[in-house]
Amino acid sequence: MSLDMLIGLLTKSLGQTLQMVVIAGLIGSLIGLPIGIFLATSGKGELFPAPIANRILGAIVNATRSTPFIILVVAIIPFTRFVTGTSIGTYAAIVPLTIATIPFFARLVEAAIREVDKGLIEAARAMGATPMQIVFKVLLAEARPSITLAITMTLVSLIGYSAMVGAVGGGGLGDLGIRYGYQRFMPEVMLAVVVVLIVLVQIVQSAGDALARRFDKRNRKT
Amino acid sequence: MVDFQSVSKRFGSSRDENQFTALDGVDLSVARGAITGIIGRSGAGKSTLIRLVNGLEKATSGRVVVDGVEVGSLSETGLRDLRRQVGMIFQHFNLLSSRTAFDNVALPLEIAGVDRNEIRAKVGPLLDLVGLGDKADRYPSELSGGQKQRIGIARALATSPKLLLSDEATSALDPETTQSILALLKQINAELGLTVLLITHEMEVVKTIASHVAVIDRGKIVEQGRTFDVFTGARHETTRSLLSASLGTQLPEWIRGSMKPQPGAGDRILVRLIFFGDTAFQPLTGRLVAELGADVNILAGSIEEIAGEPYGSLVVAYPAEPAVVERANRFYAESGLSTEVLGYVA
Repeated sequence: MSLDMLIGLLTKSLGQTLQMVVIAGLIGSLIGLPIGIFLATSGKGELFPAPIANRILGAIVNATRSTPFIILVVAIIPFTRFVTGTSIGTYAAIVPLTIATIPFFARLVEAAIREVDKGLIEAARAMGATPMQIVFKVLLAEARPSITLAITMTLVSLIGYSAMVGAVGGGGLGDLGIRYGYQRFMPEVMLAVVVVLIVLVQIVQSAGDALARRFDKRNRKT
Repeated sequence: MVDFQSVSKRFGSSRDENQFTALDGVDLSVARGAITGIIGRSGAGKSTLIRLVNGLEKATSGRVVVDGVEVGSLSETGLRDLRRQVGMIFQHFNLLSSRTAFDNVALPLEIAGVDRNEIRAKVGPLLDLVGLGDKADRYPSELSGGQKQRIGIARALATSPKLLLSDEATSALDPETTQSILALLKQINAELGLTVLLITHEMEVVKTIASHVAVIDRGKIVEQGRTFDVFTGARHETTRSLLSASLGTQLPEWIRGSMKPQPGAGDRILVRLIFFGDTAFQPLTGRLVAELGADVNILAGSIEEIAGEPYGSLVVAYPAEPAVVERANRFYAESGLSTEVLGYVA
């Protein structure tokens, strides 16, 4: 394969991967965030006590998370077709990716919020804050570094998951690696794909770490 | 300002075997404009008590009345209004790590819906009041413990409350910083006329700033009144033991070990002399020695200041012979010294 062709393929696949990761990451996080907040604050004696709803939602989240991604992709094909009108292609692949992102990110957000010192919630209550004010002014503000890392981790996982959606014609770097590198015995394509993926993950991780560090005021030295 | 009327608080349901009674029939009145201390060991119920005042906990029975309003009868909205009039400071400061000192002090105002300009006008002077006007842009992790508590105090004062609750505010601080924070509280109490209710396990804190004190033990108030009266006339065992650790009136180990309740032949009597009010300023020890002959040992003693008044305690030993003891007792009666026989040693 000529270098031009390889670069052409890589660019196209990278574009598809980025499209899937960014869209699924964005929608998944936007839906996962409130679910995570609810999971972290709806236990018995917490800000929005709703222990039964909490347990049901928790069970759904666990069920989704324990389904292997490739099975999820196939299992929700009817839903995917309902949403995008088709069950193959990059757009169709975004649906299962989003569905998988929601519970994953929600659990990370829950953990990040539970990490916030309970004393801060008490202090805010003592100031006369409403539960909503506590969520926005205290919990989310204090958990911002952890949530930034959660987004980073979600994007990195999504890059991995997106390699599997070649199964439904989603395209992307993983698909390129399997079709050209493995099925057509072109090790140089496989190598190029892996290198691009490594660089991509590194960039995402470094950017996330840097951003989280900027948000984190906990360990500043005088 | 705050009235507890036979307040009880139990945790856990009544069928529960592990039901725990945190407060048991507490009657307590907190005077307006005063600094009142509630002292007790950990687990005595003081944290629960102070949380009843701003409704962070609800009483199981009884009434808590704050400035004429019964806390238990308030709706969530009513409670939030009350809380905006009651400031609170905490042992671990509870400052938001993601906010600067300025923004931490601004938080209660933001919560109350005060507009930006007004917040700016209010926070600056508060930071100046607590002596941290130059630290407005610092994050809590850049501040020392004492500075964090000063920010906590400024934050508690932001909504101009009439009552300040202090939950072990100095317990995480070293003695020197504790003194400076107590001085600040005293200053605020005097300048703003703010009523202060504080809980602590440190006698030092109560002794230094509280004009009134209540001693709590296992959910019950065992003693209360003016700090000086309670401390000098401590009747309850809890008060005494809390005091002896703080007032330097604890006997040395070697004396306690050999002490007997009844005198034997040739034994010496151990007496604690307590000086306060008038007796604190008279040369009574010298006169006692003169009265009894030279055979008086001083075994332990200290002079302290309680709520601004001097308080001395001296443990002396002299022969337990009836004649000597009688002369001593006559001397105590004449000079108005209060005394306590601790026991006898060989």
